[in-house]
Amino acid sequence: MTSTLTPVRKRSALTKGQLPKAAPYIVLALALVVGAAILALVGFNAFGWGLVSAVLFAAGLVGWSAAVEGARKAKDKLATCLVVGAFLVALLPLISVIWTVLVKGLPGLLDPGFLNTSMNGVTGAFDNKSAEEGAPVVGGIYHALLGTVQITLLATVISVPVGLLTSIYLVEYGEGKALARAITFFVDVMTGIPSIVAGLFAAAFFFAVVGPGTKTGAVAAVALSVLMIPVVVRSSEEMLKIVPNELREAAYALGVRKWRTILRVVIPTAISGIASGVTLAIARVIGETAPILVTAGFATSINNNVFGGWMASLPTFIYTQILNPTSPSNPGPSDQRAWGAALVLIILVMLLNLAARLVARIFAPKAGR
Amino acid sequence: MSKRIDVKDLNVYYGKFLAVEDVNINIDAKSVTAFIGPSGCGKSTFLRTLNRMHEVIPGARVEGEVLLDGDNLYGPGVDPVTVRSQIGMVFQRPNPFPTMSIRDNVLAGVKLNNKKISKGEADSLVERSLRGANLWNEVKDRLAKPGSGLSGGQQQRLCIARAIAVEPQVILMDEPCSALDPISTLAIEDLINELKDEYTVVIVTHNMQQAARVSDKTAFFNIAGTGKPGKLIEYGDTHTIFSNPTVKATEDYVSGRFG
Amino acid sequence: MTSTSLTKSQGAGRAGDKVFSGATLAAGCLILAVLFGVALFLVIQSLPAFTAPAEDIQGGEGFLAYIWPIVVGTLIAAVIALVIATPVAIGVALFISHYAPRGLASGLGYVVDLLAAIPSVVYGAWGAAFLAKEIAPAYDWLAKNMGWLPIFQGPASATGKTILTAGIVLAVMVLPIITSLSREIFLQTPKLHEEAALALGATRWEMIRMAVLPFGRPGIVSAVMLGLGRALGETMAVALVLSSGALTASLIQSGNQTIAAEIALNFPEASGLKVSTLIAAGLVLFVITLGVNMIARWIITRHKEFSGAN
Repeated sequence: MTSTLTPVRKRSALTKGQLPKAAPYIVLALALVVGAAILALVGFNAFGWGLVSAVLFAAGLVGWSAAVEGARKAKDKLATCLVVGAFLVALLPLISVIWTVLVKGLPGLLDPGFLNTSMNGVTGAFDNKSAEEGAPVVGGIYHALLGTVQITLLATVISVPVGLLTSIYLVEYGEGKALARAITFFVDVMTGIPSIVAGLFAAAFFFAVVGPGTKTGAVAAVALSVLMIPVVVRSSEEMLKIVPNELREAAYALGVRKWRTILRVVIPTAISGIASGVTLAIARVIGETAPILVTAGFATSINNNVFGGWMASLPTFIYTQILNPTSPSNPGPSDQRAWGAALVLIILVMLLNLAARLVARIFAPKAGR
Repeated sequence: MSKRIDVKDLNVYYGKFLAVEDVNINIDAKSVTAFIGPSGCGKSTFLRTLNRMHEVIPGARVEGEVLLDGDNLYGPGVDPVTVRSQIGMVFQRPNPFPTMSIRDNVLAGVKLNNKKISKGEADSLVERSLRGANLWNEVKDRLAKPGSGLSGGQQQRLCIARAIAVEPQVILMDEPCSALDPISTLAIEDLINELKDEYTVVIVTHNMQQAARVSDKTAFFNIAGTGKPGKLIEYGDTHTIFSNPTVKATEDYVSGRFG
Repeated sequence: MTSTSLTKSQGAGRAGDKVFSGATLAAGCLILAVLFGVALFLVIQSLPAFTAPAEDIQGGEGFLAYIWPIVVGTLIAAVIALVIATPVAIGVALFISHYAPRGLASGLGYVVDLLAAIPSVVYGAWGAAFLAKEIAPAYDWLAKNMGWLPIFQGPASATGKTILTAGIVLAVMVLPIITSLSREIFLQTPKLHEEAALALGATRWEMIRMAVLPFGRPGIVSAVMLGLGRALGETMAVALVLSSGALTASLIQSGNQTIAAEIALNFPEASGLKVSTLIAAGLVLFVITLGVNMIARWIITRHKEFSGAN
């Protein structure tokens, strides 16, 4: 038997001077226990327990490692703790935001009529009644939802042709030209325009051209377009760039003109990416508040004309309901409506993000067998 | 349905760089002509000037004349698009349009130009072109499937079918078999032999055996060194070029001493 | 056949080419015009604010006296946001690129994108309704124990609606931007460098310090600059969270104001000269963010290989 020839060793020479595999778990358990004990002294709360335990865990593991494995390994462990810790810290607000919106938003959303009534005629008296006598919260977001859809739709109708055509210019016609370089640079700059400045621009433009104080859905749509165009240009440009040149050459070699090649070969090949980029751009601007605030004003009733009159939108609805509750003495019902609207808005944005992924998959050129 | 090509004193430039210098060559109608030579000698560049495909690359330009049955491709008022519809091209890597079915790929030249065509005519054009490319029997049951689902060799024959569907006078092939396996290569070579009954075929190849197998005439291009322009060294019957070349460099190349 | 066989053109083709390329060119120029227009119209509409007599401007001491406290407030909020967000973002980016298991990494990237997708007004509402309340006791503690530092001078705001809270909310909002840009760059670190470091017996952290961070430094800098641009211009988080007031050194008292929030809070009801003043404030903000973004882009283009910046 050969096994008798090799002496059974407890640990290989290669694992000498290392912490046992279970070390992190041991330290974690200790940290949790000690953390709970410390917190029990000053008054227990879950957040503090997590924080104290995390610090204890890092200190314990790094200290133990420094004693057994030496400074280099200890430093590595410390870095790992910090990096993982950073990730957990980043998760906290995400979870907290989603949790807050769900908890506070569900009552509003489940309120009958929330989605299909406007705030027309809803006054502080109603809110006082529901806060003081427990009457159901009236009013809803129908007008805001309509406004958001109209404004965003108009912004999309403006941005997509301009953005797509520009990206076509950059990829198909502009190669190496100074103008193309200038456009690329300024599109990058435009991505960084603060949304409120975009709103002010649209407002200033319409004030100058139409008349002071012009606030309509169309002004808001122009403001959103300023934010949306660079996003569309950048994403479409990336997508057009990855269309293989061979396909263009194949079309040219068949005697097809450049513009037909672009419209019938290049764009269909890239359409999945372009469509998903546009969807993401819509998702980005649909939640913009500041530009709409300064361009479309607020409305409490339904306005189906983007070219005339103030118009509500979901984000500005949330904003005004929180900042200027319908009934200043009883902000509860307004809060409930605001959070309900926030939940609807988040669901919309998530759906758009999801749609972008689906679109990318559905329109992708099929590699049939 | 096929035309001859005569090239007179052709220089090709990329910007200021002279890529191909002073080519004179006469290509007969209904024949197969092979361009051979080491990498970078300008044979592909020269081939692309024969249907003005080089213009796709910014900065590329030519001096001299290319006559298609006496009409200068570079004459005033000549539209490169018209040139390309008469002189088709097949590329190194098969490039069927990924968004189109097999049938639509064959009809691409017609459809992309918005030409009106009845369904009956389209059907017969598809069948004729695919038969012409020896592909009909393999794909006739799945014309509606995407072209990208075919094998490499089938895709390349689909590209040839697509090229002949626009009924060109001349077909240019830029190393059409270099991305294919030996069996697919054989199928393409057989096809080239059949194509010359109706078309003028010009093929660039790295493979000297292939040139010897398929071509009637062979042109040998060479380059004196990096940064120097490519030149046409010798042009003649394939048999002569391979067995009894007049220039030393040609002999060295075809006997495998360099390149 | 004569030479007409090549000169005769095919139908509507040629005109189509011209029209189409013209349309794309026009679209490109329109974008330049829009950007130029942004600047031009902001200038035109804000001129009255610069020319009006000082006592007519809000505050009664002219535009400069009006604008500089909110410029400083804007900078304070943005700096707080970056100080918090940068280390965390780099940590998260490293976690996704070098620590997380392969299968998980792309999913985590999606989670970060999700963080970016949440509308700013929701962050603002969260900051006002949840974070401010939860964090107020911590401010109390800071005021008691570290009150000797001017920035933590008490009495702390009981509602927690301070510039520090606004800065934290801003940090959460710029975190995904810095993270996703840094992650792209970390992933582009040449594998050869990483393997060379590991082959020398380096620990994972030493490898990151030797290979990943030096390679990614310019990328991180530009990512932070872009984050700064976003933090400077962000409106809702501040407008909803901060209970604004005069410029104050203490970060845990109510007070301070940012340009964007000032505009959002006052523009809807403004008229006459007030509109011009606010548009002028917007112009100032535009110039500041433009400068920051241009520097960021300049850093990116100077290091072309880092153009992973989407």
